[in-house]
Amino acid sequence: MLDTFQEIYGAIMRNKMRTIATGFAVASGLFLIIVLQGAGNGVINSFEANMGNFSFDAIHIFGGMTTKPFEGIKEGRFIQLDSRDVEMTERVFPNYVKDVMPSLEKSGLIASFGQQHISAELMGVRPSWAALDAVKILQGRFINEIDLQQKRKVVVISDSNAKDLFPKEREVIGKALDLSGISYTVVGIYKDEQMSNERTFYAPFTTIAAIYNYGRFINRLSMTIHHIESDTVMEQFMDEYTRAASHIHSFAPDDKRALWIWNQAGDSIQMKKAQNILHTAFWILGLLTLVSGVVGVSNIMLISVKERTREFGIRRAIGARPWSIIRMVMAESVVITAIFGYIGMLLGVFFCEWMDNTVGNQTMDVGVFQAKYFVDPTVNISTCLIATVIIVVAGALAGFFPARKAVKVKPIDALRG
Amino acid sequence: MIHLKGIHKTYNNGSPLHVLKGIDLDIRKGEFVAIMGASGSGKSTLLNILGILDSYDEGEYTLAGTPIRHLSETRAADYRNRMIGFIFQSFNLIGFKNAVENVALPLFYQGVGRRKRNQLALEYLDKLGLRDWAHHYPNELSGGQKQRVAIARALITQPQIILADEPTGALDSHTSLEVMEILKDLHRQGLTIVVVTHESGVAYQTEKIVHIKDGLIERIEENLDPQKNPFGMSTQMK
Repeated sequence: MLDTFQEIYGAIMRNKMRTIATGFAVASGLFLIIVLQGAGNGVINSFEANMGNFSFDAIHIFGGMTTKPFEGIKEGRFIQLDSRDVEMTERVFPNYVKDVMPSLEKSGLIASFGQQHISAELMGVRPSWAALDAVKILQGRFINEIDLQQKRKVVVISDSNAKDLFPKEREVIGKALDLSGISYTVVGIYKDEQMSNERTFYAPFTTIAAIYNYGRFINRLSMTIHHIESDTVMEQFMDEYTRAASHIHSFAPDDKRALWIWNQAGDSIQMKKAQNILHTAFWILGLLTLVSGVVGVSNIMLISVKERTREFGIRRAIGARPWSIIRMVMAESVVITAIFGYIGMLLGVFFCEWMDNTVGNQTMDVGVFQAKYFVDPTVNISTCLIATVIIVVAGALAGFFPARKAVKVKPIDALRG
Repeated sequence: MIHLKGIHKTYNNGSPLHVLKGIDLDIRKGEFVAIMGASGSGKSTLLNILGILDSYDEGEYTLAGTPIRHLSETRAADYRNRMIGFIFQSFNLIGFKNAVENVALPLFYQGVGRRKRNQLALEYLDKLGLRDWAHHYPNELSGGQKQRVAIARALITQPQIILADEPTGALDSHTSLEVMEILKDLHRQGLTIVVVTHESGVAYQTEKIVHIKDGLIERIEENLDPQKNPFGMSTQMK
């Protein structure tokens, strides 16, 4: 083992220029692949960071207005969702639908505490809404199952509303709040995301239904979906859903306006696609640079082996087996590519860190909110490992083929060369 | 030790060139033989075939009881390593290795440990009077010194045959004499030695001279009195 390294060391030191040229090709290839991957990840991460408030598997259904006459009923009729839609969704689409939740919305209310009054929208929800809409609880809790069962008059408010309504109070949780004449107890405060001036007050679904006499009616049906990975499946699902709903509400099965569908999940499929394309593009770019590095290595190994034909002839004359020559050349190639590949990788990683610390911290002001256009532009360890393995394997092959060619000639021809 | 029967060899570089046209030759153990001939006579080709560096087309070749025909390159390498010591006109030392490393290299291919092979290499260099030059690189050595390093390298595996291709071709007459004295000394120790040369002065220091002309053995001359040679025997080996 030590002998092998001694041999490699001897060969490398004998031609420093060649070694440096090879090393440069390899190191720059790996440097570029790491930096490209890092930059790509930065862009992709910024996508995700800026879209972080949405749930990516949710579909919201609202009642719409029919645009086609159906079975004697004229167009222009409002569709009102109700509990049958919830039951139908659960029964007909268990393969695609993970969770279904109805909600109620009551707008134009006034929330008051003492002398403070603000306008409010009340939303009756189920506990799972918090996960679906990525509601972030800062204090207290969200609506729970017991609230739902007992139809408790409890409410969860945003931190900005809490500040407006309770400017002097230290402890808001447990305070009684008046919402257009009905008193609720504040049980939680959630974070008002920068993106909207949040006026929503969350209360148990059953409470709102009872207070405002909704009966079986609902305003919104939200569902989280799974197993839908492509646009075609999504489209098919939406068509089937509309058809199923048309039986309940008696509208034309192909009436696209009868239900108003807000499909976050579909958008997320599109976005994932875009991300994948971006990812692939960066990989292809990186691989191309890596290929140029590999070509550089093969070229140099080819020349190196050619130059050393006579040396190999001597070695074979005094008893070197062909395989030991091939092994020597391959080991040399692998050591050069591995060492310089590692250097290139380290430089690339440092460069990514540098990007992270400079460009990564800059934000772009788009008026309503601020967006980062470069978030965490770094690569994960597996990318580094894959790139390194590729370059080392390439190095081994780059050494193998010329070496095998070199030992195929007769020793005497090699000696003359 | 060496048995050749009807060896033919043709090179195909564009037009076929029939170099050896049926060589029959027997060399016994311990013999000191010169193969002599003009350039192009096929003498070097013959030596290369003897050294398994080149293949032959027809005939049979037996080396120390082993038929040498259609060997895999791996086995050929092992035979060269263990049975044959080469001495070349152009020395064929590896430039980026010093004298000790060059001499020790054949043992590396036998898998002998570093310490042991370097120690042995040093011993052989010492025997050839090169102890002080052991850590010099080939380009720091004179022609005679280089050839002595090459001889040490040929000897270190204790081969049964030494094959020398124009061993004095690149040397001046004084160092040529030294090198021939070393070979004679090795012969006295019982080694089988085959020297290819076109210089009669070299050939007549051996015991048996094989004259080759146009790919055939012209005659074999027994040289019973190697003293009678143009160089004389006055110089002792260093």
